[in-house]
Parts: sequence; structure tokens; C-alpha cells
Amino acid sequence: MKSLLNFIIKFHYFILFVLIECFSIFLVVEYNDYHRASFLNSSSRLSGKVYTSFHSVFQYIDLKTSNNELNEAYAAILNKSKDSYKDNQIEIVEVLDSLFIQQYQFIPALVINNSVNKQNNYITLNIGANHGVTSEMGVISTRGVVGIVKDVTGNYASVISIINRNSRVSAMIKHSGYFGSLYWDGTNYLYATMDDLPNHISVNRGDTIITSGYSSMFPKGKIIGIVEEVNESRGGDFMSLSVRLNNDFKSLSHVMVVKNLLNEEQLNLEKKSNYD
Amino acid sequence: MFVFLILLQVWVLNNIQFSGYVNPYLYILFILLLPFETPNWLVLFLSFFLGLSVDMFTDTIGMHASASVFIGFLRPFVLQSIAPRDGYEIGKLPRIYYYGFSWFFKYSFLLILLHHLFLFSIEVFNFSSYYLVLVRTILSTIFTTLLVIVSQYIIFRK
Repeated sequence: MKSLLNFIIKFHYFILFVLIECFSIFLVVEYNDYHRASFLNSSSRLSGKVYTSFHSVFQYIDLKTSNNELNEAYAAILNKSKDSYKDNQIEIVEVLDSLFIQQYQFIPALVINNSVNKQNNYITLNIGANHGVTSEMGVISTRGVVGIVKDVTGNYASVISIINRNSRVSAMIKHSGYFGSLYWDGTNYLYATMDDLPNHISVNRGDTIITSGYSSMFPKGKIIGIVEEVNESRGGDFMSLSVRLNNDFKSLSHVMVVKNLLNEEQLNLEKKSNYD
Repeated sequence: MFVFLILLQVWVLNNIQFSGYVNPYLYILFILLLPFETPNWLVLFLSFFLGLSVDMFTDTIGMHASASVFIGFLRPFVLQSIAPRDGYEIGKLPRIYYYGFSWFFKYSFLLILLHHLFLFSIEVFNFSSYYLVLVRTILSTIFTTLLVIVSQYIIFRK
């Protein structure tokens, strides 16, 4: 016992180092396993407040680009609206019926923290559970898909952005309808990779990649990016695409959280089918 | 100084990114500049809390903490190996002002390199993309060292 104590006293510095280092690495691993201590992340109250105050300055600086984006989005809506078309019919009868029910609601939000240079990039939004956000909801901007909500607190939400090594989004080639999954390889924030595509289909540079709508998070047809390069794997049955993301993640400011009103119904049905 | 460095890191430096590779981590300046007489165990604990505070703001729990503890542990050995001929004098601090440019450069460059290497390795968490890790480490190290040395001439002159 005495020699053990002597040993501990002699090497206390090294033992202390090993203990703290193990604890730190334990934290890292826990974090990678998606069990972050809820009070230690950026959606916690303290760091949320700090980021909000910081962001309010930058929001002002980015006002010009944001205005332009809003303008573009507004123009796009105007182009689609009934007022922009000449009425060729004698009479239009509008009926409120039960053929259409609203499936998606879009909740506007501001990005208050964002990064592009890490392996696991997260975005913090200024809305949270009090505004109807829950985890697993999709996030889009006027320029396409942004990410998926991971954690929410009362007033903040943290989002796994597409440029995060843990993110996977179900994507589809617009003109042919083949689907695969889209992920990020951790190098360049402008490009993502899409794979699980069969080798025989024809894909060209410049084809549009959209959301498939199979996962209940995103509505179908939201743009993700444009095919930059086609890599046919030799020998394998699958090919992968390098996709230039339509969103500029470095200048992200105004986004929308997608609330799927029929989400629960779809998930319950799928769960039931899997059990039987 | 602790709080100032963290806020500087979170508000300003984390927003500096050149081509997605370079990100200076100036906050370890705090560990570099601790007095020689600081007990070793205290250095370890201070490093840990410094790293953890930065982690809180960047959603990388444990990464900065483990990297900081790592160099906190190596600091005495590095100090020992590059000690000037007549050792360190009591009452002096590890600054350019006291021990000259080349000593301080060796000291800070070595520790910053080790810190960045550890940090970027643990961020990737596998060995497949070691090339990317090396590039990021070297570029960021150069940039951080530059900032550390500039800070010596601007803020810590005496």
C-alpha cells in the first residue's frame, strides 16, 4: 500500500494528465455518439445569448445581400402567382374542397451561428421549441436545402448542416428520377457527394439534384445542387456524383424550418409496416 | 486574459477562414504565457477549462479540451529541452522581452504545432485523411505562430 502511494506521488503529474486526457476523449466520443450533454452545446442559454448579440451586428452588414435574396424569392413567387398571367378563360371558379390539405408549413428563422471549416459543421437558429420546432425537421433557404434540426431548446435550435460528416440526405436526379443519398466528404464546403446510383443510368454535368421527398423532412423537389462531375466506379455497380451545392453556406442568413404536418401519420404507418 | 482570449477566439478568429484550411487558434497563448513557477497540475487544469470553454462555443465538446491538456502536459518538457544555458530565472515570464526572439519562436512554434496536430487529428478521428490533416496543421500553425509573435510585440512588450 505504501509503495502504491509512493508511486502515485512520484508520477502524480503523469497520472493526472492521463486522467484528464481520458476524460476529454471520453467527451469527444460521447459527442460523436450524438449524446452531447445538453447544457454544453451552442443552443444552451449562455452561448446562445452571446451569439445572438454578435449576430445582430453581422446581420446588419449582410442586410444588402439578404434583401437581394428576398427580392429574388419574391419575384419568383410573383412569377407564379395568378396575377402575373393573363386570364384566358371566361370564368374561374374557385372551390374550397377537401382534395388538397396543407402538408408543409414553413417557419422563417435567422442563422445566428454557422461554420464551414470543420468536419462537423452545425448551424444555430434563433427559434426553438417555443416556435414549434422539434428535432428531425428539415431546414431550407430560398436557395435550397440547408440541413436537419438536431437539438432544440426553448428559443434556439441547432441544425446539422449538409456539410457535416454525419449528415445524409435523400436526393434525386431531377430529369430521370433516380435517387441516392447525399453526404459530405469533409473537404470543400462548396461540394457534396451523392452515391448509391446504379451504373447504367445517364447523368450529365449540369443536371439538377433535388430532394426526393421520401424522407418526411423535406418536400419533394427542393433544389440541392448541380452535378459537377460524374465518377463511375470501376468494377462496382454504383457510381457517385460530385454535386456543387446551390446554397452558399458561408453567407447563410435567412432560412426556413419545414414543418411536415403529416409527418407523424407517415412515420406511424411506416413503423407499423416494419413491425408486421 | 482568460475571458478575453476566449471571446477573441469565438467572435473574431473563428470567423477567419482562408480556403477552408486555415483557422488560427490563438487562445492557447494563455497556456504559453503562464509563469514558469505555475505548478504542473494547475497548468493541466487551466488548460482543460480553457479548452472546454472554447468547446462550449464551437460545439466540439472535448476536442479543444483534450488538445489543450495535451500541450499543457508537454509544456514543462519543451521548456526543459530548450532552456537557456543558465536556466530560467525566478520572476521572469516566458516572453520575447526576457528570452529573445529565437527562444520564444522555438518554444511557441513547437507547442502550437503539437496542439494543432492533435486537434485536427482528433477532429477527423481516423487515419485515412492524414494528408488533409497535415496540410491544415501546417497552414494553421504558421498563422497562429505569426499571431502569437505579433501579440508579443503589440500587447506584452513589458
